[in-house]
Amino acid sequence: MSKISRRNFLKSSGAAVAIPLMGSTGNALAKENSQLPDTGIMLDYPETTVSNSSQLPVNKAINFNYPDDNSPCALIRMGHAVPGGVGPDRDIVAYSILCNHMGCPLNYDTTTRTFKCSCHFSIFDSEKAGQMVTGQATEDLPRILLSYDKASGDIKAVGIDGLIFGRQANVV
Amino acid sequence: MTQKIKDRIGLPPVNAQKTNMICHFCIVGCGYHTYKWPVDKEGGRKASQNALGVDFTQPVGSLQLSMTPAMTNTVKDKDGQSYNIMMVPDKECVVNSGLYSTRGGAMGSLMYNDTGASKERLKYPRFFTGDDWTDWDWKQSMAVYAGVTKRILDKDGADQIMFNAFDHGGGGGGFENTWGTGKYMFSALKTKMVRIHNRPAYNSECHATRDMGIGELNNSYEDSEVADTIMFIGMNTYETQTNYFLNHALLNLKGETKEKRKKWFPEESIADSRFIFVDPRRSTTQAICEQTAKDRVLHLQIEPGTDTALFNGLLSYVVKQGWHNKKFIAQHTSGFDTALKANRMSLADCSKATGVSEADLKKAAEWAYKPKASGHAPRTAHMYEKGIIWGNDNYKIQSALVDLVLATQNVGRRGTGVCRLGGHQEGYARPPYPGPRPAPYIDQEIINGNGKMLTVWGCNSVRTTLNAQRYQAKIIERSNIVRDALIHLGGGLSTEQIVDVIYDAVSNKGGLFITSINLYPTKFGKLGHMMLPAAHPGEMNLTSMNGERRMRLSEKFMDAPGIAKPDCLIAADIANTLKALYAAEGNAKMANRFDGFDWDTEEDAFNDGFRKPDGIDSQGGATGTLVTYERLRAMGNNGVQLPVKEFKNGKLIGTEMNYTDNKFGTDDGKAHFLPAPWTGLPEPVEKLRSKHRFWINNGRANHIWQTAFHDKYHAFRTDRYPMAPIEMNPSDARDLGIESGDVVEVYNDYGSTVAMAYLEPDMKPGHTFMLFGYFKGNVGNVVTDWTDQNVVPYYKGTWADIRKASSMAGYKETVSFKRRRYS
Repeated sequence: MSKISRRNFLKSSGAAVAIPLMGSTGNALAKENSQLPDTGIMLDYPETTVSNSSQLPVNKAINFNYPDDNSPCALIRMGHAVPGGVGPDRDIVAYSILCNHMGCPLNYDTTTRTFKCSCHFSIFDSEKAGQMVTGQATEDLPRILLSYDKASGDIKAVGIDGLIFGRQANVV
Repeated sequence: MTQKIKDRIGLPPVNAQKTNMICHFCIVGCGYHTYKWPVDKEGGRKASQNALGVDFTQPVGSLQLSMTPAMTNTVKDKDGQSYNIMMVPDKECVVNSGLYSTRGGAMGSLMYNDTGASKERLKYPRFFTGDDWTDWDWKQSMAVYAGVTKRILDKDGADQIMFNAFDHGGGGGGFENTWGTGKYMFSALKTKMVRIHNRPAYNSECHATRDMGIGELNNSYEDSEVADTIMFIGMNTYETQTNYFLNHALLNLKGETKEKRKKWFPEESIADSRFIFVDPRRSTTQAICEQTAKDRVLHLQIEPGTDTALFNGLLSYVVKQGWHNKKFIAQHTSGFDTALKANRMSLADCSKATGVSEADLKKAAEWAYKPKASGHAPRTAHMYEKGIIWGNDNYKIQSALVDLVLATQNVGRRGTGVCRLGGHQEGYARPPYPGPRPAPYIDQEIINGNGKMLTVWGCNSVRTTLNAQRYQAKIIERSNIVRDALIHLGGGLSTEQIVDVIYDAVSNKGGLFITSINLYPTKFGKLGHMMLPAAHPGEMNLTSMNGERRMRLSEKFMDAPGIAKPDCLIAADIANTLKALYAAEGNAKMANRFDGFDWDTEEDAFNDGFRKPDGIDSQGGATGTLVTYERLRAMGNNGVQLPVKEFKNGKLIGTEMNYTDNKFGTDDGKAHFLPAPWTGLPEPVEKLRSKHRFWINNGRANHIWQTAFHDKYHAFRTDRYPMAPIEMNPSDARDLGIESGDVVEVYNDYGSTVAMAYLEPDMKPGHTFMLFGYFKGNVGNVVTDWTDQNVVPYYKGTWADIRKASSMAGYKETVSFKRRRYS
């Protein structure tokens, strides 16, 4: 299955913006059978390189956008294996940082390793697949699904588990 | 949780059906709309293409939308057609202004669907044949239920027929259902052997304040927006009345209501408002408030059970300073001098008893009662919940608190009020209770072998009772006697013969025939012999009232599963079956007792009860008669605040605040002070405290509603709390070799239970806090059987030992034990 992607390299300051590639698709069916309707059930998620496992400091939120510029996300290397973690140590995770209660921006607290919302005080645990610790959301924090390429060390965002705030579907 | 990826939502098309729905759950009663449309249709992303009128062609901005996958579901009606539904918060509802809590927000996903979270809903009556449950229809089940009822009634009298019954509104009740059940139990059957879902007798959680002339819901949520000071007592409102706190009280602390305050009280000094927390525990609510305004939050961290001492010390100090309202006391109250004398406590003694410094006591008194710069008395709202209600002598604490409130006239003035914050919604309309006060202690009757038949109606009171282990053991023992009789039934027996066998077991062998009427096969249900399937709002129309007496109509939009029915119609079925049985034997007198249940719909029940102008105990009062479904429907999710004043220009006009005319609910219209001297802890509780290391405080948690009757099937919630969490001080835990995620045993002479350790630095050494009423881990097992003079429990008066039982790797891997206090 061929994929088109555009590599984006992170700046070492850690505040990088990955430009998602609109129109790229991991769904080979649509590519190969472009006359037929797409009967896949997955949304058309882009693939975006976010970082490289060799460049990630522990417990520092790396901001990126996914699946588009209106959806801020954060990637973090936790330093020990966690549910949903990818990478050689299974410790790299990423989440939407729009609170899935009512869309306020989340802040990452490096001391507690949680995401916190100052609007209605929801707290999500980055080390437990975004589980809501206390708060008013009805689901755990949407997780960005990551792929890890062992050869290059590249970490890509490839999908989302959960619905980003403010959307009827993750891919607008 | 293992599930398909939820990354999109089907939108309601513009012509989707739209109905009003008040949240089923907490007292706040946030307003929602339910959209319903055929399962094969879907709305489009443009605002003109979907019923929400929202433009989804680009992401919606923060705070502009409340729409999550948990708000959606697919349901099937009796005609076999499937529909999509979406239940979203109503922006126009003044209660929540479009906000939702984690509980109400998931309502949509809890509506009945045969593969979803609610698939275990009872669809048919069930009968325990001795070794297993079988499905019955209404005719069979009524024949046996009414048959057993009649046999006992005729031979032994109504008081052998006992009930554990809900008395509230919302998902678990509503005015229709409390009326239907109440009319059956009190007017028709005439039994006094009834207890309530969370307490073991037919009493009030608020006898004292009512005796003093003050109903416990006497202000509006808006009053918390305009108060100068709010004293929060024994509560955790962020987690249990979330949108009262987020949409009203907190706005005040943040300063967002200052203009309103200046407008309402133009002559008074308006300073930044202040919050006082009376609680042995630093709650998550307090943490949030400290985050907002640390210097305007005061924690009176009283020793457990010392609330009365606190209020008495404050009262004495306030009077000493001359901050009480002498004119109001003289003109509109009685008993002040007697109460003051009885309650009198020096600041030093108060400090000693409560553990609060004299400096903080003075500070609290100044914040709450010292005249403002303009000379006016501050407007101080006093908002309380289970810390008082299940506290050290409910009647006493409430008396002491209301004494203080009356002395300072913090009732009947806008921005004040002495109110319960509340648990679930209200919805009380019943014939008068035909028993004494104090009412019989039903749990003890059952334990002592009394009663032949018990109906557990809309509750699961093995989880929500005191001395629960002993109670449950007795239930199981007595239930098994009937089960033994049933398992030996031969085949081909008539209803009459089945009734004979049951009656023999309960009369001659000490058995107890148990029926559970509920949405689900609950724990109590599974211990019994018959389950009858009930319906909740949405499957029926239902009226209820929130914590500011706001009455709304939740509209029916789907069919109940199987042949489930509203509780009021089940009550009618039972009554009508009994009526027919008595009529068949020519007993006109008894047939007449069960007359008056000719109801086809829940609206008939509503009209029969709530709309009576007198002769009943109803939150609608004399003007309940002005309320009809049609009129309520027109009022939408904002409803009307009871009591209704009038019906004018097509609108129901209600009452924002009670007692503004200083006419109180007593014989003489004056508020009555009640003496409430501080006397320490009750003896059995003091005994526990001296014997055991840990105070087992208990209460609610944000994620979980009530006994988790829905939540136990909802992975988002059970993943968070696979077992009842118990907050513990970390050094205590270390002492005992306990880590977060370990299963611990909590035990004393009353019983034992398990819990999941959750270390929390805010817990003082020797203090713990366990989730109440959960389906794994039942704190009621270690609660004493002591009650106050009105048979109200002291759930919070429990001490026990704790030991590590096991180390759950599974819990540690998947459950977060991060701090719940926001910082």
